[in-house]
Amino acid sequence: MTTILQYLDPLLFAVLPYVALFTFFLMTIQRYRAATFTYSSLSSQFLENRRHFWGMVPFHYGILLVLTGHVLGLLIPDRILAWNSHPLRLYTLEITGLALGLLALVGLVSLLLRRIGTSNVRVVTSPADWILHALLLLQVGSGVYLAVFHPWGSSWYAAAAAPYLWSIVKLQPQLGFISAAPLAVKLHVTGAFLLVALFPFTRLVHILVVPNPYLWRKPQVVRWYR
Amino acid sequence: MDVRSQISMVFHLDKCLGCHTCSIACKNLWTDRKGTEYMWWNNVETKPGTGYPTCWEDQQKYQGGWEKNGKLKLRSTGKAKIVANIFHNPHMPSMDDYYEPWTYDYQNLFNAPEGPDQPIARPVSKVTGEYIEIESGPNWDDDLGGSPLYARNDPNLEGLSEAERQQLFAIERLVFFYFPRICNHCLNPACVAACPSGALYKRGEDGIVLVDQKRCRAWRACVAACPYKKVFYNWFTGKSEKCILCFPRVETGQAPACFHSCVGRIRYLGVLLYDAERIEEAANAAGNELIDAQRSLILDPFDPEVIRAAERKGLPESTIEAAQKSPVYQFVKVWKIALPPHLEFRTLPMLFYVPPMSPVLANRQNDVLDHASTDLFHDIEEARVPMKFLGNLLGVGNETKLRYALRKQKAVRWYRRAITVGDVDLQTAQKMLREADCTAEEAEGIFRMTALCPAEERFVIPPSHREQAAEMFGDVMDRKQGTGFGFLSAPRRGL
Ligand code: HEM
Ligand code: HEM
Ligand code: SF4
Repeated sequence: MTTILQYLDPLLFAVLPYVALFTFFLMTIQRYRAATFTYSSLSSQFLENRRHFWGMVPFHYGILLVLTGHVLGLLIPDRILAWNSHPLRLYTLEITGLALGLLALVGLVSLLLRRIGTSNVRVVTSPADWILHALLLLQVGSGVYLAVFHPWGSSWYAAAAAPYLWSIVKLQPQLGFISAAPLAVKLHVTGAFLLVALFPFTRLVHILVVPNPYLWRKPQVVRWYR
Repeated sequence: MDVRSQISMVFHLDKCLGCHTCSIACKNLWTDRKGTEYMWWNNVETKPGTGYPTCWEDQQKYQGGWEKNGKLKLRSTGKAKIVANIFHNPHMPSMDDYYEPWTYDYQNLFNAPEGPDQPIARPVSKVTGEYIEIESGPNWDDDLGGSPLYARNDPNLEGLSEAERQQLFAIERLVFFYFPRICNHCLNPACVAACPSGALYKRGEDGIVLVDQKRCRAWRACVAACPYKKVFYNWFTGKSEKCILCFPRVETGQAPACFHSCVGRIRYLGVLLYDAERIEEAANAAGNELIDAQRSLILDPFDPEVIRAAERKGLPESTIEAAQKSPVYQFVKVWKIALPPHLEFRTLPMLFYVPPMSPVLANRQNDVLDHASTDLFHDIEEARVPMKFLGNLLGVGNETKLRYALRKQKAVRWYRRAITVGDVDLQTAQKMLREADCTAEEAEGIFRMTALCPAEERFVIPPSHREQAAEMFGDVMDRKQGTGFGFLSAPRRGL
């Protein structure tokens, strides 16, 4: 038993990240090239238009801002720590983070209930969708749990988690922080890598084709074959 | 002058018998796949009526098309609004606005156990496979001209006086006509301008508006933006689809399926040359000048200057020739009897309608039906369909252009009646022609194109020069012994 646990940490936090990243890059590119047609947000608004709003909007606003926070913590950890050195600013950041996490959670739960409860939408739900929704629920749920029960997340994320993530990027995984971390943290981080690994096999690919050029292109599009 | 060519259409409403053959031809060819069951790229509506999807003309409800406050702006989601609304489009119609497609449980007719009643085939949803109660369909108000539920909710009734409404709905005078619709392949398409991915585009060579199935990501802004509701969302593949004007047929010189199958021969297809430089200006014209502004975009294919400009732009000679023979050019620009639907949406639709002459007004006295007017084909002002109604539909709310078109059609009828039957006076007929701004030659042209309309004059399709498209793919020899051009994998739904 101890031997398994002994290997579990390196497996989850030193091997899995690379498996995940490798799969992510290889398979998203492969899927884009071989099956561009399948890149779609697979909207179900046409089939159910009322509960759609109450799930889709809070979930996306919440998750996008939370992930922006995660990325900022990774890119500018020192500034986050400096910001947090003042208790009032720390509380503001933490409360904002928690509120956004809850927004995403509420949105996700209502999306799930919508999927389960609407026969039309159930028809267009693939096994991959069920797995993705479950995994996201775990991820957002554990994130909110961290925010509530392991204060102050924004500080230790910047101080300890960010260096760990960078160590992976630098191909020299340092497991010190993560091995000593509480179970909830391990769960959250493992979930994150699983999401990255499964990304290319789910509808999450819609994030990669977000159409920003629209904002500066001319309104009309004409294609010539010459 | 930036001369471009557009394959355009005219539908002659006076000849439409409402048989729906066009819709069926289209359905069999293009929309019999999973996810498209509810789509009718071609549909035929009864007017007055609410149409498909229900009340599509009501832009308070659907927020389609362009809005003019100074500059043109999409009513639904333009650049500014899409950012916040991409997750949930507030103006996206849902299946309830169309209908839930169904089939019947025919097996029950064979398999039902013996019982006291005849077995029935219950309706089954084509989406969920469950039994459903049918509440509406794509053509639910077919022929229900006077119905309080449908006809009376027609958005085109706006501004009609009580008397005019009475006239439309009075039991014995009740009137309706048919309004077949396909995508208008607009010059200023709202769907294209709304697509965040740039998946929708207008083909430069012939103006057909298409959805690039590989680029579409189901942001579904096009569905909301099209004021004619002619882009449809395929709920199964997660892609938008629309009328493709049967481009594979057009490219091989055949008329689109709905045109080809049209029993009433109401459909005309031909090339219009237009000045692409002035599209924005025309789309921006004041409401009462819109029709003239759109007409002014259409160039005279016989004008040497236009021909030179077209050649300079690289338009093939065959296209210019086709433009000269185009029936659409005659109807729209020369005779001016075909008008665009709801030009106030400002997409500059390139499908034009010849307004219908209503049936002769009758009244009943002592249980005898009598013509209300001794005037042959009656006076157009007393027509059963109020001019105002047609004006709302085809005249940007104004009746002038409709009066002109109807008066001309009436004069042509008189004139031909004088010639073929001879029970009306030729002099009077000629006077009517003059009053209707119509020469005898024009009248013959209108008569020929309306009544005789041989197929080769109804459909003037220029060669598409797809050999040039083939060259675009690189070495044509690469494709030798291949399966053809384009992608041929099945449209598999994403995970
Ligand atoms: C700017 C970025 C994003 C855009 C524009 C976007 C847009 C969309 C759209 C249009 C849909 C389809 C909605 C419908 O059914 O009508 C969708 C669904 C979904 N998105 Fe996103 N999304 C973004 C980012 C994300 C992120 C970061 C995640 C998760 C980590 C995510 C997860 C999902 C999920 C799980 C669904 C399916 C929800 C359901 O139908 O139950 N999206 N997204
Ligand atoms: C290995 C990568 C990740 C690490 C190290 C990490 C770490 C953390 C930490 C420390 C918190 C607590 C923040 C606080 O106390 O305010 C948190 C919260 C959260 N995380 Fe993550 N996370 C990771 C990936 C993800 C991913 C991929 C998602 C979602 C798709 C996610 C979703 C959330 C949510 C929804 C919250 C709660 C909201 C908040 O407090 O900001 N996390 N995460
Ligand atoms: S009718 Fe016009 S706006 Fe609508 S789909 Fe066709 S081209 Fe686009």
